[in-house]
Amino acid sequence: MNVAAHSRQLGKVHVPTVTLAHGGGGKAMKDLIDDVFVEAFGHALLAPLEDQARFDLGQLALHGDRLAFTTDSFVVDPLFFPGGDIGKLAVCGTVNDLAVGGAVPLYLSCAVIIEEGVTIDLLRRIARSMAMTAQQAGVRIVTGDTKVVQKGACDRVFITTTGIGVIREGVDLGVHRARPGDAVLVNGLLGDHGAAILGARGDMALDSPIESDCAPLHGLIADLLAAAPGVRFVRDATRGGVATVLNEIADASHVAIEIDEEQTPIREQVKAFCEILGLDPLYLANEGKIVVIAPPGEAEAALAALRAHPLGSGAAIVGTVTTGEAGRVTMRTIFGGRRIVDMLVGEQLPRIC
Amino acid sequence: MKYLDEFRDREKARVLIREIESLVATIDIARKRPIHIMEVCGGHTHSIFRYGIEGMLPETIELVHGPGCPVCVLPMGRVDDCVAIADRPDVIFTTFGDAMRVPGSKKSLLQAKADGADVRMVYSPMDALAIACRNPDREVVFFAIGFETTMPSTALTILQAESDGITNFSVFCNHITIVPTIKAILDSPDLHLDGFLGPGHVSMVIGTAPYEFIARFYRRPMVVAGFEPLDILQSIWMVLKQIREGRAEIENQYARIVPDAGNSPALQAVSRVYELREFFEWRGLGSIDHSGVKLRDAYAHFDAERKFAIPNVKIADPKSCQCGEVLKGVIKPWQCKVFGSACTPEMPLGALMVSSEGACAAYYQYGGVKSHVAVA
Repeated sequence: MNVAAHSRQLGKVHVPTVTLAHGGGGKAMKDLIDDVFVEAFGHALLAPLEDQARFDLGQLALHGDRLAFTTDSFVVDPLFFPGGDIGKLAVCGTVNDLAVGGAVPLYLSCAVIIEEGVTIDLLRRIARSMAMTAQQAGVRIVTGDTKVVQKGACDRVFITTTGIGVIREGVDLGVHRARPGDAVLVNGLLGDHGAAILGARGDMALDSPIESDCAPLHGLIADLLAAAPGVRFVRDATRGGVATVLNEIADASHVAIEIDEEQTPIREQVKAFCEILGLDPLYLANEGKIVVIAPPGEAEAALAALRAHPLGSGAAIVGTVTTGEAGRVTMRTIFGGRRIVDMLVGEQLPRIC
Repeated sequence: MKYLDEFRDREKARVLIREIESLVATIDIARKRPIHIMEVCGGHTHSIFRYGIEGMLPETIELVHGPGCPVCVLPMGRVDDCVAIADRPDVIFTTFGDAMRVPGSKKSLLQAKADGADVRMVYSPMDALAIACRNPDREVVFFAIGFETTMPSTALTILQAESDGITNFSVFCNHITIVPTIKAILDSPDLHLDGFLGPGHVSMVIGTAPYEFIARFYRRPMVVAGFEPLDILQSIWMVLKQIREGRAEIENQYARIVPDAGNSPALQAVSRVYELREFFEWRGLGSIDHSGVKLRDAYAHFDAERKFAIPNVKIADPKSCQCGEVLKGVIKPWQCKVFGSACTPEMPLGALMVSSEGACAAYYQYGGVKSHVAVA
């Protein structure tokens, strides 16, 4: 599918659900792509009707001096949840993976695997959500693909987005760059996305008002890097949560990290949710939260820049990089003790009692 | 969080730690060797690690992490039975989350699910019953596990299924009882325990009277404890005070939840539905007399063990595994020969590495960070 609205006709899909015919490469497939995806993504950009999007290198170079390139697949269940849906997630996830490298996110691809029987209306809602999020994030979806698979071969809709961005000159963020004395920051309340998804699945029979924090973070990160150019590293704390990111940093930088439970911002509802289910919020996924490593001299500037942005109003300095045992992450508990914060072995499973 | 933060107060902890330090300094045995206090319940073990309590205590107090993690003590043969039931195409097998990872001799329920078995995680046996109502053409089996804490909810679900006339629901009963287990530990010749923190949630059901033998016949103090960190510190202080004063009594620190007489409707449901097994096999501890329950004959039609042919093969614990010694406080988790090498949370060999409530997994994951700086 190459997005080129002007050369295509809309309103041709009249059936209510996707069938294997929509994956056959023929007219039905073309109609589905035109009517659902092209209609949503809208703009005519770059060589219409070609098999690839094409970019002017000179234009790209205006943004910086290196390309950033990333890909991510989205298989979230449920497809729609408080605070977002798979479409919004698929755009934000890839935008954020570019942004945490200091890149200006520019272009996305969108590959969709659809289970037969999914309604056209559901696809439209997802495509429109992607389009709206992309517009808000200032990125363009310029190429893509659809496949239809038999019932049971996938769970309704899977989306893969790939992104290209350009890294500004002079920006050099790296997971190996943390040094003892550096400050560890986050941009707000942790664990909302994970709790929202678990709550929305409904197997826990808990009515939770928690919304996903899913949001594109490139603007926040740009402000952060402008105010604190010495920032060593930024990573979005998605699967595995903040605990996992901290372990990755401690490991790659051969340092220890100590965080303070009292300074770690977690919403009361998320705490309660975790208490009931026996989960640890440090391991819950986030889709709008980053961990920032800032040199001591710039910690306050970084904090102020984060807090000045709407997506960072709850930012906090949660810990420091130390000279302790390399690779070790510890937490000063709210109670005054200390414990190790290790990587998770598998998925967090609720405890019995 | 209201009613929780109050029990996690750092300042009160500081005061209690000072009280504990000055009390233990006056206890004679503490000058010769550390005082060993066993927390029986896995929930306590979890709290102790989560809040870093061990590192806050004086070095003359050693906590021994007891057998009260029902996931951990489940023998491999029983997991194999679960997998055999779950593998039947007509069965929806329902289980609590953390039981899914327990290794059987060939695979865990998580692996069985990946291989195609219909295994579903539930949060309560009533959820399993609801699944049975929604799937009248399938057999729904609930994997019942846990001490007296979860026993009543399984019993009440069975009574509910009976009154609703549901016939496609059954229970694979692995409920175990705490008292014979504590007795088995007290009877072991290599025992080094000076006192116990009693299990809070179990006691909420059974009350405090069933523990009297510990004080009377074994002359060891026990304090039934809550699960918040201040509960645990206060209970440790209460155990030490008994030791200091030469008393051995059953005291109840968790009185806000635990009535001394227990919960009589829950106990009635339990005795209506279950009877004691002659013996039950525990991982790490071997066979313990009267330590498990099964469904009474009147409820045989809800008993998955009778409804389905299960292999019921006893699988011996791996030889290198020293879980039994860790459970009895003879060695510390890291002193086990296979700790962190052949036995890790990814590939648990022994019971205690299985659940986050198991002592070895807790040490492996949370570590025994010994730091008195934190409370200075």
